[in-house]
Amino acid sequence: MSDRDIVLGKVRRALAVDSGDVGRRAITIARLEGTPRGVIPARGQLPHEEQVALFIKMAEKVSSSVVRVGETGEVPRAVAEYLRKHNLPATLRIGDDPLFADMPWGETQIEMSHGPSDGNDAVGLSHAVGGVAETGTLVLTSGPDNPTTINFLPETHVVVIKATEIAGDYESAFDALRERYGRNSLPRTVNFVTGPSRSGDIEQTILLGAHGPRRLHIVVVG
Amino acid sequence: MDITSPTFKQNAREALADRQLQRALGHVRAGFIDKRAKAVAELPEFDALRDAARDIKNHTLAHLDLYLEAYEDRLRAAGGEVHYAETAASARDIILSICQRIDARTVTKGKSMIAEEIGLNEFFEEHGIAPVETDLGEYIIQLRHEAPSHIIAPAVHLTKDQVEASFREAHTSLPPDRDLSEPTELLNEARSVLRQRFMAADVGITGANFLVAETGTSVIVTNEGNGDLTQILPRVHIVIASIEKITPTLNDVGQIIRLLSRSATGQDISVYTTFSTGPRRPEDPDGPEEYHVIILDNGRTEMLGSEFKEALRCIRCGACMNHCPIYQAIGGHAYGWVYPGPIGAVLTPEFIGVDQAGNLPNASTFCGRCEAVCPMRIPLPNLMRHWREREFERHLSPAAARYGLGFWAFFAKRPRLYQWATRWAMRVLGNRAIGKGRYASLPLAGGWTKYRDFPAPEGRTFQEMWAAKRVAR
Repeated sequence: MSDRDIVLGKVRRALAVDSGDVGRRAITIARLEGTPRGVIPARGQLPHEEQVALFIKMAEKVSSSVVRVGETGEVPRAVAEYLRKHNLPATLRIGDDPLFADMPWGETQIEMSHGPSDGNDAVGLSHAVGGVAETGTLVLTSGPDNPTTINFLPETHVVVIKATEIAGDYESAFDALRERYGRNSLPRTVNFVTGPSRSGDIEQTILLGAHGPRRLHIVVVG
Repeated sequence: MDITSPTFKQNAREALADRQLQRALGHVRAGFIDKRAKAVAELPEFDALRDAARDIKNHTLAHLDLYLEAYEDRLRAAGGEVHYAETAASARDIILSICQRIDARTVTKGKSMIAEEIGLNEFFEEHGIAPVETDLGEYIIQLRHEAPSHIIAPAVHLTKDQVEASFREAHTSLPPDRDLSEPTELLNEARSVLRQRFMAADVGITGANFLVAETGTSVIVTNEGNGDLTQILPRVHIVIASIEKITPTLNDVGQIIRLLSRSATGQDISVYTTFSTGPRRPEDPDGPEEYHVIILDNGRTEMLGSEFKEALRCIRCGACMNHCPIYQAIGGHAYGWVYPGPIGAVLTPEFIGVDQAGNLPNASTFCGRCEAVCPMRIPLPNLMRHWREREFERHLSPAAARYGLGFWAFFAKRPRLYQWATRWAMRVLGNRAIGKGRYASLPLAGGWTKYRDFPAPEGRTFQEMWAAKRVAR
């Protein structure tokens, strides 16, 4: 007998059930298909404009910095200004996200390079597919548009998110993923990112910049 | 790892006398307890979420076989491989064979209690593979050849100075006169040393906080980002998780993550909650080429069919140990195996036997704080009581305790005699202490009077007072 059969057999014996029980199966299928939402905190259940304000407040609470611009065309200048202000090199590592392709990077001195990060990039730029107001959380997905290595290797991570992509709660963010990638499947990696990397492992002192980015800067568009 | 649970009492004595440890433990109380209380107070739905999370886990455990199968199907559809392991040895063998097939030299590891449970690091070293712990706390204790003393803060027993000493000893290629007096400098040094290790690793191993049946996804919850670098940079990503990590849907994960970080560190949510599904896709420019999930039983199916079933709801947040007066006094190492604190007192006898770990469920004042803060509403004191019963049934309790209980039971079964005897004892103890009001030593109570005086009884027994009160009414 394989370990699989042994373990599943032991589970069924412990529960005193047999594998042919149609009723039990129907219950699990109903939950997997129905994806009930459970208890949703009131905190994020707000009109959309207030959700955006809450998102910004919560993101700043966990040491992200946030700037809001009116339209996508203003993103390059906002990013350039951030880099200048923090004395960071005017370079950006990005993927192939079409959102960035249409932006007027020529208005700035920023030098762009494309593809996944190999650890030698000072600043990475990503486009988040979603945001969660409840905790100021960004939702990033893997793929050529936004390689996952950009989220973790550069010391500074700049993330662009459209205000319309911010939702109140995690469940709404999951719904958006189901809509985009189909039910029952996800991209290889989905990152919920809430603030820059940190550690409290030395005497419970919270320090920013453990293994991931030391700085997380969010540009909200619209 | 070496099991020292049988010498728990000696371990505890040493821990109490260890001044470095006592200083380090001072950070636990304010750091964890106050932060949790604040985060909980800011979420009015916290208790409703606890109920919801308890119900989700109970439902999942009652249908565990079916959710495991659903999880497997989805994961295979996404190109991942599933391996079941009935025992720790079988899990180690599966991991080793994957590593040997690709000729792996170095393996990076995200923090995983299951890897501790199966003794993975020692096993790797025996087979010529170098495991590198990448969580800062785990890295520190790996340098010191120690076991974790807390499930989310493995180096909580150490002071900054001890960390500095370990770094100076291990990182010999760095200038000896460098300044490491601040925690920031220690963190930066670990960051740069480990960055090279991340880049060089052939295999990355992580645990999982959840395995999601809806999508075939493993989820890790971290703050440092080390778990992510562990799983996206090497060619192969291996996830090691136990059967009870199965969670039906993403929405169910959403319910539980609202409890997990608040209970653990007092954060609303940890910095990184990462959902991984299969290996990299054909169009992906990064991510692992292979993705394996090892689903471990190691005795959990026995718990599932026993009175200890509720312990399988545990999400390893550490709140029970943070709030435990015993843990606060002696730290995690004294417990002598992988899982310390109240949850350790319930799990350890299951894994290594109640004959080895019988002291642990007895190391509790039954104050109930662990149950009061447990996000999954696990009745920890009750589960410890079950172990005490088993220990007594199997005649493992110390002779003094057994005779003492027998002596007490003789009287307790004879109410009149009991009342007469206690009345008499109270009078004698009360009279003999007139003027002092306390005893500095008492026969048969040396364990108590060695550390504090025994207060002399004043007046009547509880039953006398109770009876008087009833009459008055």
